[in-house]
Amino acid sequence: MCLGVPGRVIEISGEAGGVRMGKVDFGGIRKEVCLAYLPDIEVGDYAIVHVGFAISRLDEASALATLETFKALGVLDEELGGAPADPPSCPVPAWTEAPPP
Amino acid sequence: MKYLAEFRDAPAARALAAEIRNSASRPWPIMEVCGGQTHSIIRNGIDQLLGDAVELIHGPGCPVCVTPLEMIDKALAIAARPEVIFCSFGDMLRVPGSESDLFRVKSEGGDIRVVYSPLDALDLARKNPARQVVFFGIGFETTAPANAMAVHLAARHGITNFSMLVSHVLVPPALEAILDSPRCRVKAFLAAGHVCCVMGFWQYPPIAARWRVPIVVTGFEPLDLLEGIRRAVRQLEAGEARVENAYERAVTFDGNRPAQALLDDVFDVTDRTWRGIGSIPRSGWRLSARYQAWDAEARFDVGGIATKEPANCRAGEVLQGTLKPYQCPAFGTQCTPRTPLGATMVSAEGACAAYYHAGRGVEPAVHG
Ligand code: SF4
Repeated sequence: MCLGVPGRVIEISGEAGGVRMGKVDFGGIRKEVCLAYLPDIEVGDYAIVHVGFAISRLDEASALATLETFKALGVLDEELGGAPADPPSCPVPAWTEAPPP
Repeated sequence: MKYLAEFRDAPAARALAAEIRNSASRPWPIMEVCGGQTHSIIRNGIDQLLGDAVELIHGPGCPVCVTPLEMIDKALAIAARPEVIFCSFGDMLRVPGSESDLFRVKSEGGDIRVVYSPLDALDLARKNPARQVVFFGIGFETTAPANAMAVHLAARHGITNFSMLVSHVLVPPALEAILDSPRCRVKAFLAAGHVCCVMGFWQYPPIAARWRVPIVVTGFEPLDLLEGIRRAVRQLEAGEARVENAYERAVTFDGNRPAQALLDDVFDVTDRTWRGIGSIPRSGWRLSARYQAWDAEARFDVGGIATKEPANCRAGEVLQGTLKPYQCPAFGTQCTPRTPLGATMVSAEGACAAYYHAGRGVEPAVHG
């Protein structure tokens, strides 16, 4: 939950409710995100987003590389509020029979 | 499942690893503070790649793992109340309390909702004026700006049926507590990159100077982690103890000042108990006096809870770096992510879950 995922700002929806909001695209998954902490971020910029809040800017190349890594690590869905990584997809390791000394 | 060998930057990673192995004169104990980093290290086999050049000690930086049992029990008590819609990040649901967990309370009829952002909880409060909406506000400095904004907006818009159960923890006091411990073996820290996105790293130079410990702000990619380790080892070999930023593309010295300003307003520093570790002075945030009206602990009478840690769980030792998850007898047998005995087996950021997901039940093999 506290990893933070980089994404691209695709829309800024003004100051509804007194706080700057926008849409961010995370490699295909789109989320409503609060932009209040990056007051000068613009459409097309990349940012690291934690639990619905853009916290830090990032350049495009690093953002895309990080997204790939998080996908490979299997933590992207969990970070974006989806189901946690499904435990049974992990092989039941053989060593569970005989724990190491 | 991807291991480092499959990454496109594997040659660069191997070159960095070789440089670290060649320059380390002994196995330097280095702590990666953040649970996300632990997950990446174990999943990518970075510890294996480095052989005995460094010993990576996994730090307490998994918010799910260190949220105190008493707070989990308070959450369970509040979530069970009929008038309450209890909102939480998804990975808190399986965390074992003394007697139950949020999943079980939900199956017994508690109205518990998993939300992506605390603003979703605030929205629920707006839409359900007759209900009490409570958000479980946990985490490090990374999630705190989101939680602070939710409380701030509740106050600004007069949303009185919203409240927050706050159990925030702070990284710098935890580092100091680790360094002060007589059993401390840590010689350098990889500071958590995303905590530093928010807080910057202005808090670290006094710590580096006082305990003569290198602190390297580090990201989460395999290459980031290797670069952080490389810089830490270089300092250790040279007898230096400085703060370095190896995650420059996301972190500045100042951090996010607008976020820090709101954090200052919404939260006050408080002593906090860390699950498995104990009380650390001034290591947490609670709501400041201005926002007391939105404090769920004050709104609901949940005092007098007697806590009971699950038997057989050795998460405390894992969190303090004295026990590797696979050394716990329950690991992978009685205790799995589906049936966690301890909080460190729940979230992907917990050390026990990181080892389990990577199928790592044994001592890391040393290979070059
Ligand atoms: S493997 Fe399970 S029981 Fe053992 S320390 Fe980790 S969480 Fe606790």
